Amino acid sequence: MVCHEEGRTGGRGAGLIAPTDTIAALATPPGQGGIGIVRVSGPLALQIAQRLISRQLLPRRAVHGRFQGNGELIDEGLALFFPGPRSFTGEDVAELHGHGGPVVMQMLLDAVLTGGARLALPGEFTERAFLNGKLDLAQAEAVADLIAAASAAAAKGALRSLSGQFSQNVRRIDEDVLKLRVHVEAAIDFPDEEVEFLSEGRVGKRIDGLLGALAELMKGGRQGVLLNQGVNVAIVGQPNVGKSSLLNRLSGEEAAIVTDMPGTTRDLLKVDLVLDGLPIRLVDTAGIRHAQDPIEAEGVRRARSQAAAADLVLEVQDAAAGCGPPIESTAGRTVLVENKIDLSGASPGLVAGAPPRVRISCRTGAGIADLVGLLKKQVGFTGEGAAFSARQRHLEALDRTQTALRSAAERLAAGAPGELIAEDLRLAHQALGEITGEVSADELLGNIFRSFCIGK
Amino acid sequence: MEHPETYDVIVIGGGHAGCEAALAAARTGANTLLLTQSIETIGQMSCNPAIGGIGKSHLVRELDALDGAMARAADLAGIQVRVLNASKGPAVRATRAQADRDLYRSAMRTLIGEQDNLRVFQQSVVDLRVEGSAAAGVVTHMGLRFRAASVVLTTGTFLGGRIHMGLRNQPGGRAGEAPSNALAERLRALPLRVGRLKTGTPPRLDRRSVELSALAEQPGDDPPPSLSFLPQAHPRQVCCHIAETNPATHDIIRQALHQSPLYSGVIEGAGPRYCPSIEDKVVRFADRAKHQIFVEPEGLTSGELYPNGISTSLPFDAQLALVHSIEGFEKAHITRPGYAIEYDYFDPRDLHHSLETKAVSGLFFAGQINGTTGYEEAAAQGLLAGLNAARQAGGLAPWVPRRDEAYLGVMLDDLVTQGANEPYRMFTSRAEFRLRLREDNADLRLTERGRSLGLVGAARWRAFAAKQAERKRLLASLESASVKSGGAVAQALAAQSGKPIGEDVRLVEYLRRPEAGIGHLVNAGLVSSAFAPELLRQVETEVKYAGYIRRQDAEIAKLRRHEAMALPQGLNYDDLPGLSRELQQKLGQAKPASLARAARIPGMTPAALSLLLTHARKQLAGDAAVAAGNE
Repeated sequence: MVCHEEGRTGGRGAGLIAPTDTIAALATPPGQGGIGIVRVSGPLALQIAQRLISRQLLPRRAVHGRFQGNGELIDEGLALFFPGPRSFTGEDVAELHGHGGPVVMQMLLDAVLTGGARLALPGEFTERAFLNGKLDLAQAEAVADLIAAASAAAAKGALRSLSGQFSQNVRRIDEDVLKLRVHVEAAIDFPDEEVEFLSEGRVGKRIDGLLGALAELMKGGRQGVLLNQGVNVAIVGQPNVGKSSLLNRLSGEEAAIVTDMPGTTRDLLKVDLVLDGLPIRLVDTAGIRHAQDPIEAEGVRRARSQAAAADLVLEVQDAAAGCGPPIESTAGRTVLVENKIDLSGASPGLVAGAPPRVRISCRTGAGIADLVGLLKKQVGFTGEGAAFSARQRHLEALDRTQTALRSAAERLAAGAPGELIAEDLRLAHQALGEITGEVSADELLGNIFRSFCIGK
Repeated sequence: MEHPETYDVIVIGGGHAGCEAALAAARTGANTLLLTQSIETIGQMSCNPAIGGIGKSHLVRELDALDGAMARAADLAGIQVRVLNASKGPAVRATRAQADRDLYRSAMRTLIGEQDNLRVFQQSVVDLRVEGSAAAGVVTHMGLRFRAASVVLTTGTFLGGRIHMGLRNQPGGRAGEAPSNALAERLRALPLRVGRLKTGTPPRLDRRSVELSALAEQPGDDPPPSLSFLPQAHPRQVCCHIAETNPATHDIIRQALHQSPLYSGVIEGAGPRYCPSIEDKVVRFADRAKHQIFVEPEGLTSGELYPNGISTSLPFDAQLALVHSIEGFEKAHITRPGYAIEYDYFDPRDLHHSLETKAVSGLFFAGQINGTTGYEEAAAQGLLAGLNAARQAGGLAPWVPRRDEAYLGVMLDDLVTQGANEPYRMFTSRAEFRLRLREDNADLRLTERGRSLGLVGAARWRAFAAKQAERKRLLASLESASVKSGGAVAQALAAQSGKPIGEDVRLVEYLRRPEAGIGHLVNAGLVSSAFAPELLRQVETEVKYAGYIRRQDAEIAKLRRHEAMALPQGLNYDDLPGLSRELQQKLGQAKPASLARAARIPGMTPAALSLLLTHARKQLAGDAAVAAGNE
C-alpha cells in the first residue's frame, strides 16, 4: 500500500469522502411506468429541489406541488428529501417524482442541472453509496449486474447506436483536437526543433474550424433532436379514418376520445410516449376536410401546421374506403397508415413502395408492431434503452469541449502564453475522451515523434 | 570476509542516481555506504555535458527543493546557461546548463565527501545477499561481504552492457569500462521481468580541428540563470555553436546503412524516439534537407567538443565521412568514436511506487535500470530510492509524491503503472497538472515536506523560511492595498497597461487582468522594489493562474479519491462483462493497484471505470466474507 501524504488507508464510511459536487440522473428507466423519478445527490440536493417546487422540504416527507423551471410549469408531482447519511448514497438526496413522459422528465432533469447539479456518470450514485458504506454485498451484486448490463449496452451501443454520422463526426473532431495538441505540445516540449508555434494565425484558424464543426454536430443531426426533445410525430388524415384510435393504440391509454362521429377531435391532443426506447411526442390532429364549423376549421388549420412542423407524419387512411395517394405534401416525412384492415380483409404489414406504407388494424392491433418498427427506421433510431442516457452524457461532454475550445480561442486572441492554450486544449480533449476513450500522454508523445523530427 | 560495519543503506553505483540516493539516505541520518567500481568516475556525465532542459529542469529544481545535489553541482559547473520557452509561460519555462564535465564531477565529489553518515568504497559488486525474500547486503568481486537493511541498485547501462559500432560489438558499460555481468546474471535469476534498451552517443571532436567561426553562435543568457534556489557562483561563461547536416551527409549515411547495427537487426533493444541517432533521422524524415547539430564544449579546459545531434553507431569510416561532410567540420579530428550501447533494464511495473522491488523487500532500483534515460531522471529516482531505502531501514512508511505535487510523482507513477517501452524521458506534456508544477514554485511545493522527511538541512531551511516570510508579506500587501480610480496612481498604471482603471480595485484583482503586470505595480510605487525579482514573478504567476489552478482542484480531488480506492490484485478482467476485449487485455497486463491508475490506461472511459469499481467492491466484500467465514 502506497502511503500518501494524507495517509488514507482505504477505510469506508461516511465522512471519508468529502462531499464534492452534486449529481443528478433519471432514476427510472425511460418510458417504463407512469411515474418518473429524478434523483439528486450531494450538497446542493435540498436547495435545488426546494427551488424547483417552491416549497420547503422536510426530511423523509413527500411534498406535493408544481415543478417550475425558468418560470415555466414543467410538471406536477412529489418531492422528497433524505438528509445524509440516512439516504441511498449517504449524502443529502432529493427525489422528484413526476408523471410526465420522458420528454417532461428530461425537462425536469434539465432544470435540476441548471440549478447546479451535473449529470451523474453511470454507476456514480452506486459509487457514492459504496463509498459511504450504504450497500451490503447482496445489493452491491445486484447493482453491479445492472451497471454491467447498462455498460455492456453502452459499450456495444453508445457510439455505434448514435447514428453512424454522429459518431464519425465526434471521432473526426477528436482526431483534430489531438493533432492540434500534438502541434502545440511539440512546440512546448521541443523548442529547438523549429515547430512554428502559435504564429501565423494557424492555430487560431484550426480552433475556429473545430468550433464550427462542433457547433454543427451539436445543433444538427437527427439524434441530437431525438435526444433533446424526442421525435414529434403528427397523425393526420381525413375525418374518421381512425387517427385517435391509432393514438390510443400506440399509447395504450384512452387519452383521446374516440367516437365514430366525424370531427370529434377539434383541437390538438398531445401524448408523450416511448416506443421501444424511442421517446415520441405524438400529436393527434383534427381531420383534414373543408370544415364548416369555425372551431373545427381552426383545428384543421392547426393540424396542417403540426404536419408541417413534425419530424414524421403518419397519414391515416381508411382501408375499407379505399386508399389513394397521400393528401398532405410532407415529402420524405410521411408514412401512410392503412387502418381498418379488419374491415377490408387486407393482410397486415408493410407494403413495398414509396412513400412507405403499412397496413394495420387499430381495433385488433394487427400490424402495429410493423408500424412501430417502420417509425423507428424512418427517424433513424437504432439505439437500445441505455443509449438514451449515454447520449445525454455525450452531449454534455461536447458542451464542455466547446467551452474549453472557446476559452482557447479567446486566450489565443488575447496573446496569452502557449501553456494556457495548451491547458484549454487538454480540457477539450479530456471531455471528448469521455466519449471516445482517453488518450494518454504517452500516445500524445508518440504522435509528436511521428509527426516531427525531434531530438538531438 | 564479512565487513565489520553494518549499514542501514548500501547504494551500488556512483552515477547520478547513486549520488543522490547515497546523499539522500545519509541526510536523513541513515548509516550509508556508496559502492562504486571507480571512485574517479563518481558524478561522471557519460552522455552530453548538460543538465536541465524542458521537463528535466523541473526535476532538478524539485531535487534542489529537497536539498539534493544536482542543481548546485550544475550551477558550479554551468558554462553556458539558458532559459528555454521563456515566451510560452512560466510553467513550461525551463533552465538548461551546459556543464563542464570536470567541474561537475568535482562538485559532486566534494558534496559526497562532505556528507555526514556517508562512506565510499571502491569495488565492483557481484552478488546480492537475500535472506528469505528480503535484501540483506551485497558481495563484492573479491569476496567481501557487506550487510545492510536496504540496498539501492543504480547500475545504469552496466548490466549486460554491449557496445556497438558498425557490425562489431563488445561487452562494455561505458566506453572503456567493463560491464557488470556477474550482477546482471544474479538479478536475472530474480522473478523480475527483464528487457533490453539501447542508447547512443555521437563521436567527440577535437576543438582545434573545428572551424567554429563558420558556425552560428549560441550564447547563454546574461546573467546566467541558476538551477538552485541557493545561489551558487557560476564559472566563466562560453558560447555553444550550431552546425547543420546537409544532403551530402545524408547520402553518406544512407550508403552506410547496411553496416548499421540498428538497420541490420543486430540491436534488439528499443531506442528513444525523441533522441534518435542521425541514421534514424535520415531514414524516418527523408524529406528533411538538414538537421541541426548543437556543438557543445565539454568544458572550459577540455579540448573536446560534443556535437549534439549526430549520435551514431555506424562504423568508424562512415562516422569520419559524415563528420567531414558538415560545414565547419571538414577537417575535424574525432577524439572518441560514437557508439550505441544496449543494456538490461528491469520492467518498472515490478516496482512499488517507493521504487522498492515487489520481489525482494529492501531492494530498491533507481535510474537507467528502470528503463529511464537522462541524468535528471536518474537523479530524481535516486533521491526517492535513497530516501525510501533509509525509511525502510528505519521502519518508516515510504514517501511517494503525487502527480499533482511534483514531476517526481509523475515519473514514479508513469514508470510503475505504464512501464517503459523505450527509454523514459521527462516532458512537460507528461504532467497533466503542468500549470501548478513550475520551476519557480518547486520549493513551495516540496521544501517543507522535505524538511519533515529529514532531507532538508538547516541552511536551506533558513533561506526558505526567509523567502516564505517575504512572499507572505508581498501577498498580504496585494490583498490589502488598492488603487483608487481617477487618481494619479491609476493614471500611472493605465499608462503602462494601456487600459484605464474604471473603478477602485484591490491590487490582487488588478493583477488578475490580462493586461496587468506586477512590474506596473512596482513602477507605480504600489509594491516595493526591494522584493526579489524571482519572488515578484512567482507571485504574479500565482495570482494570474489562480483560476486555472482552482479548476484543476476538482480534477485532483477526484484523482485522490480514486487513488484511495484499491483494486484487488486478483481481479480477473477477462470475466468482467461490459468491458471491451482491448480494455480487458490492457487491464490484465497493467493490473492497476487503484482506480486512479486504471483511469490512466489509454482508452479508459467513465463507464468502464465505474464498472471496475463495482466489481472491485464486490470482490473485496466477497473476500471479507470468506475471511470472516474462515475465522
